[in-house]
Amino acid sequence: MIEVEHLSVGYDADGREQSALHDVSLTVPQGTVCAVIGTSGCGKSTLMKVVAGLIRKFQGTVRIDGCPVNPQEMKIGFMPQNYGLLPWKTVGENIYLGCCIKGEESADLEVRGQALCQRLGIAGLEKRFPHELSGGQQQRVGLARAFLLRPDILLMDEPFSALDAITREEMQEVFLDLWQENHITTMLVTHYVEEALYLGQQIALMSAHPGSVQEVMDNPLAGSAEERHKPEFFAMGQRLREKIREMGARS
Amino acid sequence: MRKSKLVLRSYVLGAVFLLLLWWAVALLVELPIIPTPDKVLTKLGHVFFEAIAIHSAYSLWRIAAGLFLAVLIGYPLGLVMGYFKQADRFLAPLVYLTYPIPKIALLPILMLLTGVGEWSKILMIFLIIVFQVAIALRDGIRAIPEETYYPLYSLGASFWQLFRHVIFLASLPKFLTAIRVAMATAVSVLFFTETFGTQYGMGYYIMDAWLRVNYLEMYAGIVVLSLLGLLLFGILDLLEYLTCRWQK
Ligand SMILES: Nc1ncnc2c1ncn2[C@@H]1O[C@H](COP(=O)(O)OP(=O)(O)O)[C@@H](O)[C@H]1O
Ligand SMILES: [Mg+2]
Repeated sequence: MIEVEHLSVGYDADGREQSALHDVSLTVPQGTVCAVIGTSGCGKSTLMKVVAGLIRKFQGTVRIDGCPVNPQEMKIGFMPQNYGLLPWKTVGENIYLGCCIKGEESADLEVRGQALCQRLGIAGLEKRFPHELSGGQQQRVGLARAFLLRPDILLMDEPFSALDAITREEMQEVFLDLWQENHITTMLVTHYVEEALYLGQQIALMSAHPGSVQEVMDNPLAGSAEERHKPEFFAMGQRLREKIREMGARS
Repeated sequence: MRKSKLVLRSYVLGAVFLLLLWWAVALLVELPIIPTPDKVLTKLGHVFFEAIAIHSAYSLWRIAAGLFLAVLIGYPLGLVMGYFKQADRFLAPLVYLTYPIPKIALLPILMLLTGVGEWSKILMIFLIIVFQVAIALRDGIRAIPEETYYPLYSLGASFWQLFRHVIFLASLPKFLTAIRVAMATAVSVLFFTETFGTQYGMGYYIMDAWLRVNYLEMYAGIVVLSLLGLLLFGILDLLEYLTCRWQK
């Protein structure tokens, strides 16, 4: 479970303190996906960095499974917008990086790693370097790393944004497929309405100036491919778009 | 493998080109001070094992020892300066103040302190390389984008793990380039320092042959010196090829 209460974050900009997040509260229940959606610059990445333990200077409380964020003690899977692959490590080394840092040496690690690569369609690429892969393949490597680690929580910052529409939908399905197995508590940033509806059981709408969560919606349509083509899905998407537009007009 | 053949061929071509140029000049000038390469190479074959080998071994040892010391001190210094911004604020002025001093100007002081023997020569090389190593490493580490560390930070990685997985490899190309640049200066300075206070070293050998007006031996020495350089640069290139394959 991820609990964020009255979180405020400021950045130092030209010596002045600029507010990036103001009084953000959000709870992601155990074993669910929360999609965070909002216009660019509204503080989505900042929110992820705080929960990932990358930003330590903030007001308010952030708890993961009841404890303050501490990357040393807990397993946080964080996938930044650029997938976070290390260019000097091969695909294989990148996949095992998380487990390597955490010192995990279970006997079936190798087997699980190979099975994951198989499912993600990146088997046989283990010896390559990231720059020798397509964007979609790099994304899969990032997913493989995240799911191999079996983290307590998973944070993904615009994971599918850089992909073309077809690959993006494919990757969303791959993600759901993997997620169904472990039900890792996940926060996922997106700026695509359809993506939020498809993946997030909860959808948090953020607005800018200053960044804050305006509304948290429950989304019964999440996680099923059939729903995706039903009229309800479109209607819900329209409603969401409308809300985001309204928020933009107000601020 | 095909690439290494290509590299080898270009080296051979380069050597042949230089030899031809040398030959042409020697034939044109027709002076004893520029002998033709065939005579020099024959001479080299005769004197290499009985004379030059020991001198080149001494020179190599001095370069290796100076380089080793420079990396031993310069690497941690650059690491601290590059990763910890606070430390850089204190160390940068120190480095900037001492870096531009021509190290060769310190030679008399070094010789007074450590004698004319081995140490003054090794320390000279050390002084020349250490700053380049420290500054190149610092800049290399500074150039690593903050985001590169994020996946490791969020995993709670220790500083040693950051070093092992990110800093070391990310800064390696800059580090090797610095060594390469410094090496050229080091070899020429070593040559200079070897002309006094020692009976061994390529510098001594070449100057000695010159004073004895033995031009063939002098040229044999110069050829060995350039081969020595080739060896050192070749090792660096190989190291870079093996460790920096990830670069586009
Ligand atoms: N390192 C930083 N220094 C100063 N300001 C920043 C920094 N990172 C982000 N900001 C500011 O904080 C706000 C939120 O940024 P961000 O969280 O990246 O938004 P999003 O991910 O939603 O596009 C923006 O106005 C941005 O200019
Ligand atoms: Mg962002």
